[in-house]
Amino acid sequence: MPIAEGVSFDLTLAWAMLIALSVLIYVILDGFDLGLGMLFAVEKDRKNRDVMMNSVAPVWDGNETWLILGGGGLFAAFPLAYATILPATYIPVIIMLLALIFRGVAFEFRWRTERWKPVWDAAFIGGSTLAAFAQGMILGALLQGLDIDKATRSYVGGGWGWLTPFSLFVGLAVVFGYALLGATWLVMKTEGPLQERMRKRARVLSVITVIFIGLVSIWTPFLQDGYFSRWFTGFGIGLAVLVALVTLLMLALLQLTLRSGGEEVWPFILSLALFALCFVGMGVSMFPYIVPTEITIYEAAAPRASQLFMIVGASVLIPIILIYTGLAYWVFRGKVDPEKGYH
Amino acid sequence: MLGSFDAVLLARLQFAFTVSFHFLFPAFTIGLASYLAVLNGLWLYTKKQHYLDLFRYWIKIFALAFAMGVVSGIVMSYQFGTNWSVFADRAGPVIGAPMAYEVLSAFFLEAGFLGIMLFGRDRVGSTLHMVACLAVAFGTFFSAFWILSVNSWMQTPAGFSIDPETNQFMPEDFWQIVFNPSFPYRLAHTVTAAYLTTAFIVGGVGAWHLLRYKRRGDKPSQATKTMFSMAMWMATIVAPVQIFLGDAHGLNTMEHQPQKVMAMEGHFESHPEGWAPLYLFGIPNEETQTLDYAVGIPGLSSLILGHSFDAPIMGLDSIPDDEQPPVAIVFWSFRIMVALGFAMLGVGMWSLWARYRKRLYEAPWLHRAAVLMTPSGLVAVLAGWVTTEVGRQPYTVYGLLRTSDSAAPLEAAAVGATLVAFIVIYTAVFGAGTYYILRLMGHPPHTAEARYKDVVDGPTRTAGITPATEELMRRHTKEEE
Ligand code: HDD
Ligand code: HEM
Ligand code: HEM
Repeated sequence: MPIAEGVSFDLTLAWAMLIALSVLIYVILDGFDLGLGMLFAVEKDRKNRDVMMNSVAPVWDGNETWLILGGGGLFAAFPLAYATILPATYIPVIIMLLALIFRGVAFEFRWRTERWKPVWDAAFIGGSTLAAFAQGMILGALLQGLDIDKATRSYVGGGWGWLTPFSLFVGLAVVFGYALLGATWLVMKTEGPLQERMRKRARVLSVITVIFIGLVSIWTPFLQDGYFSRWFTGFGIGLAVLVALVTLLMLALLQLTLRSGGEEVWPFILSLALFALCFVGMGVSMFPYIVPTEITIYEAAAPRASQLFMIVGASVLIPIILIYTGLAYWVFRGKVDPEKGYH
Repeated sequence: MLGSFDAVLLARLQFAFTVSFHFLFPAFTIGLASYLAVLNGLWLYTKKQHYLDLFRYWIKIFALAFAMGVVSGIVMSYQFGTNWSVFADRAGPVIGAPMAYEVLSAFFLEAGFLGIMLFGRDRVGSTLHMVACLAVAFGTFFSAFWILSVNSWMQTPAGFSIDPETNQFMPEDFWQIVFNPSFPYRLAHTVTAAYLTTAFIVGGVGAWHLLRYKRRGDKPSQATKTMFSMAMWMATIVAPVQIFLGDAHGLNTMEHQPQKVMAMEGHFESHPEGWAPLYLFGIPNEETQTLDYAVGIPGLSSLILGHSFDAPIMGLDSIPDDEQPPVAIVFWSFRIMVALGFAMLGVGMWSLWARYRKRLYEAPWLHRAAVLMTPSGLVAVLAGWVTTEVGRQPYTVYGLLRTSDSAAPLEAAAVGATLVAFIVIYTAVFGAGTYYILRLMGHPPHTAEARYKDVVDGPTRTAGITPATEELMRRHTKEEE
């Protein structure tokens, strides 16, 4: 194993971090897009729906690109992980892709037809919800661990191995979590009665989300011995208690900032932080495995030459990407004005 | 094993179906992004209203086509893992990197600036807006660059070794991997194909409206004339270039993938003494390994491929059976592409003649031909890809990794079910999108054409059809009165 080789240790770990980072950025950014899509279901008024959609129309494509970087980066830096996780989660992956098609085209199609507008609105709602649910199931299936035959370097768990109560449960958790992100995003981007309604929804959603987080966190350590010993022995216990306390603190702050007429930006930032915390927690559970508990990042790693060739480009291009993505958000900052559009 | 063969076949069908659908959109948007950048530049430089009108007209169509390109593309980037996991594991160390570069250098660029291009003209000022248009156009080109590099590496692998333990392809030299032998040809030929595809769509829409104006006895608007003229310049200049590039590409293929050229040419038999005929027509019969009802020009194939009438040309009889690609598909798709290439050349020359006689806008037969040729680029592009991809069978990595050994360990039932889902959903969703595009194309560009921004979030939205369509229809009927 190349762990001992010093330098390649760094490179593989750097790639694991980079991919984790792009998945996190994806989850946060497309999380609020998809959450907003679900909230369409409860906002029936068409003006409000227009405002909601316009709050992300100029940026959604960029948000989704982080998903492609997550997948593409996995393919490039950890081909064995890409080649085992995707067949193992075949059905939810395809569901997610098809759902994203409906959600994506709805951004354009719903402005092109009057008679069919309700259909594309439904496609937006359904696509967003299903994509979130499928992503949660993929995550659940991965956390649970996959059956890998190391000799043939392939997945051997059958077509339905991903389907368990746990993966369904994580699917639901992600749906509610994304809805929370969407609601707090809208608190930031809208005004008046729409904003007030979003505050109320976000208050409820944040409680539900934290309950889900708690249940998933309690369930996870029982899935694998490795997780259990990491969280419930020695230093791990302290950490676990700390994380739980921080989560509760965040919930309290969310409730506080979400009260009527309160803060506009903080709820969004707090819910992003909540997601980041869960994400780091999951990383702690899984490390150093990329396919728990079969394949470590070092076993899945592409050769050093490939990782090196890419890190050169990535370290130049990712900062540039962050700059112009920031520019796009800056250009379209502020409230969405329902009357005047983007003036 | 019949079961696993079925799963492989279904996975191939699924890949072919999804990528063919995907490619239709880039083939159009690569050219259209550049066209929009040119129009925007012309508007900023000359301040002539009709350039702005054309920009606003085509950007609405672009937004629709681009969205469909994006969602169908995301499917592609996951299909390598879902359907071709063995291939992904083995080839990932080599082709993963160029694909990651595609995401980093192309997709982010397009996506990051698309919003500004569509909504941002008033927000960011004309310079940054122009930069956004250029960024999107370059993004589409970078995308083509990297993905075609990957595809070309699979056709003509270079710069790698094979790890004896894991059987993975290991990169030795990324320069050789990216600039592998068939890549320059494929890049030039495919990007040119995208420009031609766009030219014929723009030209076809222009011609359609010229015919409609004429039928109503109106004078065509300047914008309509300009778009037809620009498209025909493109056809006149680029179609001959494309034929030249195609020829060079074929000669290069001859060197690296001789079986493919044999199938394209329908050469079952070898002609060791030269005088190999160029078959114009024939029915490939793979059972008897003959070309039935062949009509050919003696010696021409030797001349084209070998630069001399007595250049020896080998045929499929010199290739073991299990190394041969399916002949009939390759033979026919190649002929469809080449015939369309010459038809495009014909329209280009015809328009040049009409231009010379100052009748470019009063040539109804030319306009009818241009309308007929509207989808020709899309058809030629698909035919070209079918030639390329089917012609390299039975391999995914040419000569090294067989298609049958590349597939994921999936059950045929699962792949079959998802294939059906893809077919149903793609047909419905992209069918609807195409309908919306055609509906937009059905109206001619207007003076003070509505902006994309107005269409989506403008102040004028009323009940009824979307303002774009409604507004346009109102103006349109006024015009017709
Ligand atoms: C980056 C790689 C790549 C790219 C850009 C394309 N393909 Fe491809 N294609 C493959 C990689 C590939 C593949 C994964 O390697 C397949 C699957 C099985 C095979 O032999 O090759 C394949 C198979 C395949 C087949 C089935 C051939 C057969 O099974 O006999 C068709 C018809 C196409 N492709 C068509 C296309 C079209 C229309 C493309 C235009 C965009 C295209 N491909 C781009
Ligand atoms: C298997 C092969 C392919 C894969 C995996 C793939 C992947 C993708 C993905 C993920 C996107 C969406 C990007 C975004 O979010 O902006 C996309 C769009 C695009 N692809 Fe592909 N693609 C493939 C084939 C091709 C080919 C052969 C070309 C061109 C020669 C091409 C050119 C483009 C372009 C220009 C776009 C931008 C969207 C558009 O113009 O419609 N792609 N592709
Ligand atoms: C008479 C003119 C043409 C000739 C001689 C020609 C030749 C070729 C050849 C030999 C290939 C296969 C390359 C391989 O071995 O993989 C090819 C592929 C292709 N052709 Fe053409 N072609 C012509 C016209 C066109 C036109 C008009 C278009 C589209 C507008 C087009 C689009 C394509 C595409 C997209 C491919 C697949 C990508 C590639 O391999 O470059 N071709 N062409």
